[in-house]
Amino acid sequence: MAFTIYSLFEAVLLCINGIAILHEERFLNRVGWGSNQNIGGFGEEPGMKSQLINLIRSVRTVMRVPLIILNTVTIFFELILG
Amino acid sequence: MDAPAGFRHPSQKQGRSRSAKSHRGGGTAAGGRIQGGPTQLFDDTSTQPPPQPQPDYYDTTGAEPGYDTSVGMATPGSMSNVPYSMNDPMANMAMQYGASLAGQTGEMLEKNVDRFISVSKLKYYFAVDTAYVGKKLALLSFPFTHTNWSIHYNNQDEPVAPRYEINAPDLYIPVMAFVTYLLVAGYVLGTQNRFDPEQLGMQASSGLIWLVIELAIIVLSLYIMNLNTQLRTLDLVAFCGYKYVGMIMILLSGLCFNSLGYYIMLLYMGTCIVFFLMKTLKVLILSEANPHSVVHGRKRGTYILVFIAAMQPLFMYWLTSHLSTFKEKID
Repeated sequence: MAFTIYSLFEAVLLCINGIAILHEERFLNRVGWGSNQNIGGFGEEPGMKSQLINLIRSVRTVMRVPLIILNTVTIFFELILG
Repeated sequence: MDAPAGFRHPSQKQGRSRSAKSHRGGGTAAGGRIQGGPTQLFDDTSTQPPPQPQPDYYDTTGAEPGYDTSVGMATPGSMSNVPYSMNDPMANMAMQYGASLAGQTGEMLEKNVDRFISVSKLKYYFAVDTAYVGKKLALLSFPFTHTNWSIHYNNQDEPVAPRYEINAPDLYIPVMAFVTYLLVAGYVLGTQNRFDPEQLGMQASSGLIWLVIELAIIVLSLYIMNLNTQLRTLDLVAFCGYKYVGMIMILLSGLCFNSLGYYIMLLYMGTCIVFFLMKTLKVLILSEANPHSVVHGRKRGTYILVFIAAMQPLFMYWLTSHLSTFKEKID
């Protein structure tokens, strides 16, 4: 398998794009993975599901702007370099 | 002295020649035979004063251009020496400036790199010596008789340097094993007439990327399962890098004994690394000082332990199978 660093970058970008697409109120709340319905009752360990929910929410918040930049750059390079 | 008699390991051969460089780069000063300063591999003649006869030739050629043949014959010889003596003060100044510039750049680089990776933490992982490397390689090849898998900590609650503690992870062996794996892979490809210098780069980047993917999966799982372990990321890099030692042996035995040797060694090395990782990580993950979440933590910790340990043989197979196609072996 000819893996280059660029293919790793592409894969990571697509995965993060996939996470960023999950809309809060249209999808996550319906499934039960919304951040406003959190189970957390100030217990010591949050549990796997709430960790995942927190992770998704934080990725969406943090990566919103960098994703725009990275996507633009990637599209640009794909158009030019084929 | 450092390895059991008759135990020749290719990465150890490689490692010894490189150990001087890496020790120079990163070992802590309180070492065994390796000193802190650089080892001179050549005679540094750049700061010596020029040989004596130069000024005489310089004076004569400068003063009388159209002299007789004796001086004329001397000039070609001295011409090559004259620039050396003429530029000597400037060369000295240039060298001093270069040295100070290099010092500044080094400092700036270290400051900038230090923001991303803590270099002193990195140095901890390279504080190894030959005895440790030998014992660790023997442990990786036959971990079944080792009894004490705990790591000693010193007063500041930090693990003791790998030089003194055989169970501590280090990054020297994984780095060396990775490079040796690339070389062995190139050799194996060469015996199958499939070699191409570009292939080496491909193997390198493939290997690195699979390592990154594996690390990302493990770190993500550790985060999601909310296990507060004392495992640092570099520890995980070290543990995931230990399988390269097994992969080298697998490739070599596949080279010598074709398909049977390959599969037998794969099975054996897979078992070894699963055993090794389970014993080592059990100490690090499961017996953490978490009194209140012991019940939950135990189950999840066990799952993640089995998951990490089971991924290793899969990766070992995945990364070596395409190298050992026994169909086109040219004898």
